[in-house]
Amino acid sequence: MSHILDITKEHCPMTFVKTKLELAKLKEGEILEVLLSEGEPLNNVPKSAIEQGFEVLSIEHVEGTTHKVTIKK
Amino acid sequence: MIETPENTSNKPKKLSLIAFSGDFDKLTAVFTLATGAAAVGYEVNIFFTFWGLDAIKQKKGRSFIGSNWLTKIFGFMMGGISVTPSSRFNFCGIGPKIFRYLMRKNNVATLEELVEAAVALNVNIYACEMAMHILGLQKSDFIHEVKDVLGVSTFLDISEGGQTLFI
Repeated sequence: MSHILDITKEHCPMTFVKTKLELAKLKEGEILEVLLSEGEPLNNVPKSAIEQGFEVLSIEHVEGTTHKVTIKK
Repeated sequence: MIETPENTSNKPKKLSLIAFSGDFDKLTAVFTLATGAAAVGYEVNIFFTFWGLDAIKQKKGRSFIGSNWLTKIFGFMMGGISVTPSSRFNFCGIGPKIFRYLMRKNNVATLEELVEAAVALNVNIYACEMAMHILGLQKSDFIHEVKDVLGVSTFLDISEGGQTLFI
């Protein structure tokens, strides 16, 4: 099952807070796709997900400054 | 799978904040740091003392809470999180209202939203025993999420091995 979270309109710290709360809902093997902006969110959301034991499967450019990070539990 | 060099580090991360100020802007800094750190995997402890205790009162506005007439007047004057003054541009309480408007307008989390996020992220909230005694406050005057009432010694034990900030 895949979950989608759009944090492109959020600012620090809610970018991280919303990602963390959404990641906490994932069951083993489930995937979360996070749409986020360049800069702080793109630099640090994948990094903190990895540090917390999740797998970052891909980081893709969507359009403009928006990127999609695919995270698996 | 994408890896970062930090992936190899198993060192626990910890941030402890001493929330002394009851100013709207400084409490916003406390909860911004706390929620940001908790969201990226830190253990976060906040030790509320003196004016900072206003942030965790159950009564969010002004109310006569205290153990005698003097502390009740103090309690009313200090108020709760909804009436915290800003350290600059307070303008008799209008300043924080303008800041809240600007935060909402720019899609930045307000102080109240940050407190909710801190609770959701299981940030450890502690109240200072000594300051509570001076101000005539009981643990029951605070939000249920207050984990414990502590003194300096216990806070030092809890914060050991991490970063500590005084705000």
